[in-house]
Amino acid sequence: MSPSISLTLNGAKRDVALDDPRVTLLDLLRERLALPGTKKGCDRGQCGACTVLVNGRRVNSCLTLAATLDGAEITTIEGLAAGDDLHPVQAAFIENDAFQCGYCTPGQIMSAVGLIAEDRAGEDLERIREGMSGNICRCAAYHGITLAVRQATRGSAGIKKDDAA
Amino acid sequence: MPDTLDPHIRFGSNSGQPATRRDGVAKVTGTATFAADNTPEGLLYAVFAPAAIARGRVTSLDTAAAEAHPGVTHVLTPQNRPPLQGDPSDKPTMFSFRFEALQDDTVRYAEQPIALVVGETLEAATEGARLLSPHYETEKPRVGIDDAEPYGFEADAFGKPANTVHGDPDAGHGSAATSLDVTYETAPQYHNAMETHAVVATWDGDHLTLDMPSQALSMSCAGFAHYFGIPAENVTVRSPYLGGGFGSKAIPTGPYVLAILAARMTGRPVKMMLTRQQMFGPVGHRGQTRQRLRLGADADGKLTVIDHEGISATSTFDTFIEPAANASQGIYAAGALRSTHRAVALDVGTPGPMRAPGEASGSAALECAMDEMAEALGMDPLDFRLKNYAETEPGTGKPYSSKALRECYAQGAERFGWAKRPLQPGQMRDEHGHLVGWGMGTAFFPCPMFMADARAALRADGTALFETSAADMGQGAWTSLAQIAADSLGLPLDKVEFRAGHSGLPDGGVAGGSGHTATAGNALHTAGGDVVRQLGEIAAADPASSLHGAGNASFVARDGRLYIDGDDSRSDAFADILSRLGNAEIAGSGSASRDPDMAKQYAMNAHGAVFAEVRIDPDLCQMRVTRLVGAFAAGRIINPRLAESQLFGGMIWGISFALHEEARHDPRRGHIVNSDLAGYHVPVNADVHGLEVISVHEDDPHVNALGIKGVGEIGITGTVGAIGNAIWHASGKRIRRFPIRVEDLIRE
Repeated sequence: MSPSISLTLNGAKRDVALDDPRVTLLDLLRERLALPGTKKGCDRGQCGACTVLVNGRRVNSCLTLAATLDGAEITTIEGLAAGDDLHPVQAAFIENDAFQCGYCTPGQIMSAVGLIAEDRAGEDLERIREGMSGNICRCAAYHGITLAVRQATRGSAGIKKDDAA
Repeated sequence: MPDTLDPHIRFGSNSGQPATRRDGVAKVTGTATFAADNTPEGLLYAVFAPAAIARGRVTSLDTAAAEAHPGVTHVLTPQNRPPLQGDPSDKPTMFSFRFEALQDDTVRYAEQPIALVVGETLEAATEGARLLSPHYETEKPRVGIDDAEPYGFEADAFGKPANTVHGDPDAGHGSAATSLDVTYETAPQYHNAMETHAVVATWDGDHLTLDMPSQALSMSCAGFAHYFGIPAENVTVRSPYLGGGFGSKAIPTGPYVLAILAARMTGRPVKMMLTRQQMFGPVGHRGQTRQRLRLGADADGKLTVIDHEGISATSTFDTFIEPAANASQGIYAAGALRSTHRAVALDVGTPGPMRAPGEASGSAALECAMDEMAEALGMDPLDFRLKNYAETEPGTGKPYSSKALRECYAQGAERFGWAKRPLQPGQMRDEHGHLVGWGMGTAFFPCPMFMADARAALRADGTALFETSAADMGQGAWTSLAQIAADSLGLPLDKVEFRAGHSGLPDGGVAGGSGHTATAGNALHTAGGDVVRQLGEIAAADPASSLHGAGNASFVARDGRLYIDGDDSRSDAFADILSRLGNAEIAGSGSASRDPDMAKQYAMNAHGAVFAEVRIDPDLCQMRVTRLVGAFAAGRIINPRLAESQLFGGMIWGISFALHEEARHDPRRGHIVNSDLAGYHVPVNADVHGLEVISVHEDDPHVNALGIKGVGEIGITGTVGAIGNAIWHASGKRIRRFPIRVEDLIRE
């Protein structure tokens, strides 16, 4: 007997038959729904690489059982850009070199989108650092990440790097 | 003799520009395909069962329970594992280690594979591996550096450094007016790239395709081919993106071999992705070290000797030691130098190269010892280093190919405000009453080159294709190598298609040693030069060309045209030259490696100076690095945006080394108790404040034709010592063990 759930995934309604109740949202996306943009870094909620938005809130998809998500609205990194137009957070990440290897990047970006929506950090660099600290970047692109989140928060391009000290 | 830039191009129209990453859009939209993102038709999943103890043997595995679990298709143990054609103890390539691939029931370290479970889903294979419920016969594990006797070894190219002596160290000790004898320790560290090691293995007859992150694509093909008894050309490695490497993804390992074996056995593609916990064993680490440093100085503060003895941990079945004592060679003008290495065999996985192997650990100890000596002499630490500034390489007397270290010291100190530093510790407090300390260290990293080949093709439409099997693990090869390629033909970056990350391309060499941009870059540059040379020959022989008859002139490629060097009045468009040829394509090839004559004549290193500020809560002893200024001279910088990111990353690895990273072993079972990202600490965003990088200009006419040194690893060196020294300057406490912990400051 396989449970089935109904999702709104990146704006589209999907009915998903779960072959196994143990499946996490992360493994559902990556291994079953051909959406591997969301990354697995630790599989236990410690690194943030798997961050997606569930009903507008950022969650670790590795800690979320897919079977609990009936009716949920889910946004992944693949659903962020509007066609060829990058989301402002995506554009700011490129401009501020906010990644190196790019593996934690989908999670960082989804977390930044969530943080900005939460409106808890504003343009305060210390608060941005704190709010982004659930997402580990081993390449340590933190300087660029912090600047990118502030730039996207401002919604405008062209902040000076010197402001980051 | 390639002692300067080839004259055929105006180099730098693309190089030197802060281009954004060419793989940027793919990486921010989730469309960059990492190894485990591949899910081919008919895929099976493999999960290995890891040893829970560090020493002993496996006495039972409940294979029946695993096999009975729905979805499990195969369970491999030492009893039924199909044979390999190459022995796991063989070393088919320069970068090879002995590894465990279920050859027997012995457990040599925790997290060693003791069985492999294959299933139709990841969930089934994972549960199957859990159901094996292994029992062990346990022996007392040796996991601390005092748990075994140190031994010497014969030097070898990979992992077994030679002992080195220059001058007379004993005389240096004897003549010293001030002597220092200190011992520093560094902890075992694990690379922990965000992407755990992963492979999707697919067999087609005796051809093998591997989607896996690789820092050395061609060498990986040769390695895996050996274990499976097929020619190297039958192996294809696809590695367009690595989710971080840091030295751990260049070497074939046991888990990979088991996954490939499972694919051959089942006739279906097999995916294996290590769990985070499994990263703490079979895929390398930085071995712990104990380093004794004995320094002598005369009454003027000139070093009479640096005597650096290192003991480094390795495994019981192979030797790769962190060559920490080498960090004292080549940096300060001491009267005598001695570096010696010994190993301790522990029940751990074999260590391997981890970002700045040897240089990071050795620099940490050396730069702190230098600070202690400056303190003993009553000298400013920067003045002490300048007093012992090496104008030529200590020991050998070779000139440096270039060395702008004096400028690094000056510019870094100026930006940091070093001149205001009180000599005595414990003098500064901030507005919250926190102790403030300033420390510095010298950054130093050699600039090796490996070997690489590249291919270039100028097409009739005025675009060019460049190819080499380079690897981008985040350093920016997709971008900076394309910039070099574009310059080699005088084309704008957007006219260049660059293919890399596939073993079917010309051998791009190894992404390691901070030498990938230099090596692959010079190969691309040479390949482009080959095309320009052919274009010139064709045009000079073509009566329809305005360059006709310019047989002996050198040519310059610029903006899609070929010019006679020094005579802008005569030129011909690439498109016209090609069109008269019947729109043919012109192909060129190139190779690069270190010029042996240059290597004989010059000492080649990148240099830098790092200045650190820490603040310490006097009650809680909580330490924060509040400012880090690094000034680095590393030859030609191809892309300043990406180079700055590399240097920032290296400096943050320095913070991590100084204050965060340590694998802790359970003394009874020997496993690592903090084998996850909650317990194994690395810096998060809130740990990083006030970073600044100064890129000090440096022209190097000797290091290679493009003057590139490399920036991938140098940022760690200098930084660790600077932070340790700043903690002393804030608190007056010398902590000689990294990482420095809150309890160290409380206890002292």
